[in-house]
Amino acid sequence: MKSAGDRNAGLSIIEREELGTLIDVLGARGYQVIGPVVSDGAIVYDRIASLADLPEGLTDEQDGGRYRLKQRDDRALFGYVVGPHSWKKYLHPPRIRLFRAECAENGLRIIDEEQPQEKFAFIGARSCELHAIAIQDRVLLDGVYPDAVYRARRENLFVVAVNCGTAGGTCFCTSMNTGPKATTGYDLALTEIPDPDNHRFLVEPGTALGAEILGALSSREATPDDETIAEQSIARAVEQMENNTRRMDATGIRELLLDNLEHARWDDVAQRCLTCANCTMVCPTCFCTTVEDTTDLTGDHAERWRRWDSCFTQDFSYIHGGSVRVSPMSRYRQWMTHKLATWIDQFGVSGCVGCGRCITWCPVGIDITEEIRAIRGQINGCKA
Amino acid sequence: MLPVPHRIERVRRETRDTFTLELAPVSGAAIFSPGQFNMLYVFGAGESAISISGHPGRPEKLVHTVRAVGVVTRAMRKLKRGDSIGVRGPFGAPWPVDLSEGRDVVLVTGGIGLAPLRPVIYHVLANRNKYGKLVLLYGARTPADRLYTREFERWRRRPDTYIDSTVDAAGRDWTGNVGVVTRLIPRADFDAANAIVMICGPEIMMRYTVAEMQKRGVSLDRIFVSMERNMKCAVVACGHCQYGPHFLCSDGPVLRFDRIAGLFGKREI
Repeated sequence: MKSAGDRNAGLSIIEREELGTLIDVLGARGYQVIGPVVSDGAIVYDRIASLADLPEGLTDEQDGGRYRLKQRDDRALFGYVVGPHSWKKYLHPPRIRLFRAECAENGLRIIDEEQPQEKFAFIGARSCELHAIAIQDRVLLDGVYPDAVYRARRENLFVVAVNCGTAGGTCFCTSMNTGPKATTGYDLALTEIPDPDNHRFLVEPGTALGAEILGALSSREATPDDETIAEQSIARAVEQMENNTRRMDATGIRELLLDNLEHARWDDVAQRCLTCANCTMVCPTCFCTTVEDTTDLTGDHAERWRRWDSCFTQDFSYIHGGSVRVSPMSRYRQWMTHKLATWIDQFGVSGCVGCGRCITWCPVGIDITEEIRAIRGQINGCKA
Repeated sequence: MLPVPHRIERVRRETRDTFTLELAPVSGAAIFSPGQFNMLYVFGAGESAISISGHPGRPEKLVHTVRAVGVVTRAMRKLKRGDSIGVRGPFGAPWPVDLSEGRDVVLVTGGIGLAPLRPVIYHVLANRNKYGKLVLLYGARTPADRLYTREFERWRRRPDTYIDSTVDAAGRDWTGNVGVVTRLIPRADFDAANAIVMICGPEIMMRYTVAEMQKRGVSLDRIFVSMERNMKCAVVACGHCQYGPHFLCSDGPVLRFDRIAGLFGKREI
């Protein structure tokens, strides 16, 4: 915690309209600026050109299998939580060509795919999402074979985080220690103060580059009042989650799951699971991919494409003779034990950031936190 | 990591559905350890993870024995001498040939499972005085499904090996054993207290083999199995080859049995 003496160190205030300048400044520095926009009744991530592109005065109502946008009674620009998209669609693209091949006279020729160095600026990344990016960094960059596609998109990334002032209906980041206040992984962190008379943002630089960009905006030093209001809004989000029954007790969760690979609850959840793979598509940390090899009609040119894959498909575990995970039970178990247990063995952290997307976007509203409570024996009638 | 073009120097038909490719790298041979595998790319058809079945001391001749069971391996069967094929690798954790020094080496395999173990046989025979007994117990579906039959005879005739084989089913002209490979274990000549066991075959076969080895008194940390799962990238990124916490492309395919004892035999892991 900061002491009273250095409360204001590094904290500034920018007016609402100055956020538009931030977008301009980043654009002028060659960044593709990406932020939340409304599309088909949901808030998704897309290119933004100005402040007018951001969703204004909107919030989202989320529950298991349910998502609705609603009007707020203010002009808040970040008055909602996370939608069906995550930033992984930019850093770990859903579909990408890995190489081209030719059948030349002197044999096979493989033509590498140049990975252009992308320069993305993400506006409005939430704390849980910064943790998700840090997790994908471990998966895709920290191993023996760093992923060139990811690296070319990740290296120049500029992040403007937004601290959450409201918790969504399916949020449980406090359970996973991943939010709602951004603590790491950003260049600038904003806390929105959507006061109708004085709509402003508290800004905290996280890197030297962030401070430099902030210097290009017109700002003033934050007052203790500004800080208190900002802290209160984050505290409100925490309180909303603490009052929510949707919490996940993560203590000993690895052992809990690995010791219960044959628990009756897996059959119970399999009765509800449609194996549609939505949870893996919306999850900001799910990284699995498959490859597709194609040829053109002449048969002289071939390509290899990589695309997101899901452990919920039967094809995912196919080996000669059939799939290893035929039953929906085994596929749900694979996903959840990987996410919450074996991920820790593999990468030293949980694969879950508590963003709640898998709950909201599950067509039948399966709730990962409820499944954990059931395996812990905290839900009556579901004991093994 | 991109496939590196290799020239097919030789294609040898082994059985009804298996064949062996000998590849020569267009530039520079990669050193490999017994048990490691390559991703073989057939132009336009895709890639398959195939273990290396040649001599680890002669990496300039890259040998793979392949069973034609899927889209890629069936396309691979159509390749001829002089054709080109892509190779990525070698990948994976090898058989414990170093740990086995000074001990009896017991190999139990079924069907094409002999292919990933052949480099171990080559290695032991090339460094014969470093190892105790070399035991090979081999099961195949029928006599016609046996791999490397001539070579197998040569191994069998050596005075410093104990080699036994069986088939699941055979005609009247077959004078050898009929039955599952685990039946060869009780009478096999090796020192259970000082042996390393390496098993490669279907999971059900490996499960019964482990049980028989336990009966002989081999401890689980001296037993190694080769696991198989779908594999796409071989570089710990695609997620397909997971077996519990293990990525079989790098933690495996060869795993020490005591490390997977809690998973092994559980269905659909």
